[in-house]
Amino acid sequence: MVQLDQLYQEIILDHYKHPHGRGLRDADDATDRVAEAHHVNPTCGDEVTVRVATDGDVLHDISYDGMGCSISQASASVLHELLRGRDAGEAFEVHEAFVELMSGRGQVTPDEDVLGDGVAFAGVARYPARVKCALLPWMAFKDAAARAGVGASPEVKA
Amino acid sequence: MTSIAIPSGMPQYDDVPRFDVARVRADFPILDREINGHPLVYLDSANTSHKPRQVLDVLDEHYTRHNANVSRSVHTLGTEATEAYEGARAKIAAFINAPSVDEVVFTKNSTEAINIVAYAFSNASLRADGDPRFRLGPGDEVVISEMEHHSNIVPWQLLCERTGATLRWFGVTEQGRLDESGLEDLITERTKIVSLVHMSNILGTVNATSRITARVREVGALLLLDCSQSVPHLPIDVVDLDADYIVFTGHKMCGPTGIGVLWGRGELLAAMPPVFGGGSMIETVTMARSTFAAPPARFEAGTPPIAEAVALGAAVDYLTGIGMPAIQWHEKELTAYALDALGTVPDLRIFGPTVPIGRGGTISFALGDVHPHDVGQVLDSLGVQVRVGHHCAKPVCSRFGVPAMTRASFYLYTTTEEIDALVGGLEQVRKVFD
Repeated sequence: MVQLDQLYQEIILDHYKHPHGRGLRDADDATDRVAEAHHVNPTCGDEVTVRVATDGDVLHDISYDGMGCSISQASASVLHELLRGRDAGEAFEVHEAFVELMSGRGQVTPDEDVLGDGVAFAGVARYPARVKCALLPWMAFKDAAARAGVGASPEVKA
Repeated sequence: MTSIAIPSGMPQYDDVPRFDVARVRADFPILDREINGHPLVYLDSANTSHKPRQVLDVLDEHYTRHNANVSRSVHTLGTEATEAYEGARAKIAAFINAPSVDEVVFTKNSTEAINIVAYAFSNASLRADGDPRFRLGPGDEVVISEMEHHSNIVPWQLLCERTGATLRWFGVTEQGRLDESGLEDLITERTKIVSLVHMSNILGTVNATSRITARVREVGALLLLDCSQSVPHLPIDVVDLDADYIVFTGHKMCGPTGIGVLWGRGELLAAMPPVFGGGSMIETVTMARSTFAAPPARFEAGTPPIAEAVALGAAVDYLTGIGMPAIQWHEKELTAYALDALGTVPDLRIFGPTVPIGRGGTISFALGDVHPHDVGQVLDSLGVQVRVGHHCAKPVCSRFGVPAMTRASFYLYTTTEEIDALVGGLEQVRKVFD
């Protein structure tokens, strides 16, 4: 079961069983721009909605809801914890690091200072069939942020 | 096991057709594999079956000894390849008891076979002189069911979009059976074609079709049965089944991928316009117009999957050698065993019939609220290969209120020990996620 333990790290199972910040919320500050994106994984039917509330600089809240496997749901919880309250620029650096980790086929060594609990997903990158699960909320976040006007790059803003 | 003595002269327990499963397993080289340090336990045959040495050998020998294009060469190799290709057609016709060899059209798979019928309807609808049985327009109806694989949903949705016809649906009962309660209202004089799954790829349900066939005949519609899951597992006789079309695919019945079958009543195929244009499907071609070959060639444009067809013929020989009634019985016993065994797993919910009657050896289930992807992943770490997800039948998942299911499916090489490995693996899943 050594291999399986790499995939289902205790941190992942903990986020899955006790998700942080789950549930879609309205913005505390009525002047915030709020936008959301709903993404599905067509191969398994997993889905997640991620909502971003921002003043254009700081991501005041990242809320989410969805249903899916432990990997996709834990990933949403980690996303919330890592990026909520962060400056948009910083958030996209973390986003990039997470995508790089997941695309690395297990060859990328994650930086815990950047990725926090996200490092637990290093093992998932060795399971090509599960990478999409881990990325699902992160891709929805990117879309939601772009719709709220805080895209990481011009093509995302478009 | 306790058994009751059956009086002599009555059918005895041992009268059922049987075969030696261990000997059959020895024909499938892949079954020797280890997965993640465990013996392979392959419970995904509804997805694709494994191939016996007898089929792999024929595939190899075709390319090694008889490779040539079919139906267009006078040379020896071309003749051999053509004979092998047409010989396979004859074997398949005999396997399903088709009245004529020419009623067997080779396709890429079931999906393509269904699309050929749907596009023939479409093409007939575009022509004023199209056969009225295939002409569709606003006010006409196509009937399918909530139990269908996407391959028997999307082609009809697209056909209805193109023609303005209406798509209507049979529902599914809580027990996973086709809901025939509204049969008379659902299939009416407006219905042009009814296209139903014979055995569900997700619930395992085998649909009894006689009432539906009777109603279809009464209103003058046509009936297509998607037999992708039944032809590999049960004896199928198209005369008995009394459908107008059946479709099935080679890779689920010990054959290779890339080869499937559309069977249609000869008179219907002859009346259908072509779908794909190209070589082999013509009678004559001029710059002004073309005329078309008779079926089955009319529906087999271009160089067909020759080696695949020949190997499917070998697969049919293999299955016939063991005997389809014996395979059906073996799977019925496995299903009864698996339904009992799965019933002992706490928090396990079976979708579909929970008795081994009117169902095949495909069982979908939920384990508590553990997501099927996680179930499948833990099982894989133990060598147990199951399918997880929506199984290309999203309406069924919606019907039972879940985004996905875990599915175990059996075939002639499946053993009760493998079902035990599944049940043991599910205990492991519960440990990881409890």
